[in-house]
Amino acid sequence: MIFVTVGSQLPFDRLIAPVATWARSRGVRDIFFQHGGTTIDLSGFESAAFVPPDEAARLFDRANVIVAHVGMGTILSCLERGKPIVVLPRKASLGETRNEHQSASARSLNGRPGLCIAWEPEELPVLLDQISELMDRTKIDGAKIGPDASPELIAAVRDFVWNRELPSSARTTQTH
Amino acid sequence: MISAQRRIRPRVLAISSRGGHWTQLRRLRRAFEGCDVTWASTDPGLATEVAPDRFVLVPDASRWDRLKLVWSILSVLWLVIRLRPNAIVSTGAAPGFFALRFGKLVGARTLWLDSFANSEELSLSGRKASSFADLTLTQWPHLGEPFPHDATREKRGVKGLVYHAGAVV
Repeated sequence: MIFVTVGSQLPFDRLIAPVATWARSRGVRDIFFQHGGTTIDLSGFESAAFVPPDEAARLFDRANVIVAHVGMGTILSCLERGKPIVVLPRKASLGETRNEHQSASARSLNGRPGLCIAWEPEELPVLLDQISELMDRTKIDGAKIGPDASPELIAAVRDFVWNRELPSSARTTQTH
Repeated sequence: MISAQRRIRPRVLAISSRGGHWTQLRRLRRAFEGCDVTWASTDPGLATEVAPDRFVLVPDASRWDRLKLVWSILSVLWLVIRLRPNAIVSTGAAPGFFALRFGKLVGARTLWLDSFANSEELSLSGRKASSFADLTLTQWPHLGEPFPHDATREKRGVKGLVYHAGAVV
């Protein structure tokens, strides 16, 4: 199953249109579009403008591949499950988001296993045709992450909420 | 003095808007083990993700809708006054920013963790929060100073400075 998702804020037809066209031309039926309110004809496909968090979680669980914008919630949901994801960054210049942070995020995440970036919508059909390769488990197993932030970040936040001070002995050993 | 403080479980408010901000906040859960933590966000469906912890719904807001923004700010103010947390942690956006602001009024220590999405510069909220939050963290090493894990409490965060102490991924 392919889960197409554009997040909880705004529609993103530059993603929805080429994916719908690709699915039609290839006869792909097992696909769900979360489109945020689209003007594209999605008849014959399962779709919803928005889905509540529990249903989104079920769709992420069911999906073999996710096609999405560069939303951190979506990307983390995929990484936590070790699912491959194809992303297209939203552009502020086209009114799709407030600033160009999605392109910046995409550049920062480029090269991560299991993550595939389409910089322009025209690249989507090509990438989607390689979907069986994307679904190759051996390639994305390394992409799966645990449920927690990095140990350093957890430690910093924990020490902060407990207003904790390290014993001076620990300080001196750590500074060496 | 310190041991007396440690016997009391800190009351923590972990607050963010839904979506990516929330997913990042949820990944800090282990940091709140042993704390009396209240989670707050803008979608009621998120409560199950942190159950059995307490979850409070706050109205959604962005800078773009004035009336909703006022309603959201008042709700966050009421939450902070009612809860009187010892510490407030937020990953953004608007509701978390205001929780940190009001947190200073009730004597809470406040931590802003800027979103992983801001990889080229700190968010506007993050830049503003860094002037009053007790600790501001970025998830990108090139946007902050190394966090002094081994320093004393007093030296482990200076207002106005931004630190890097790891990321949610």
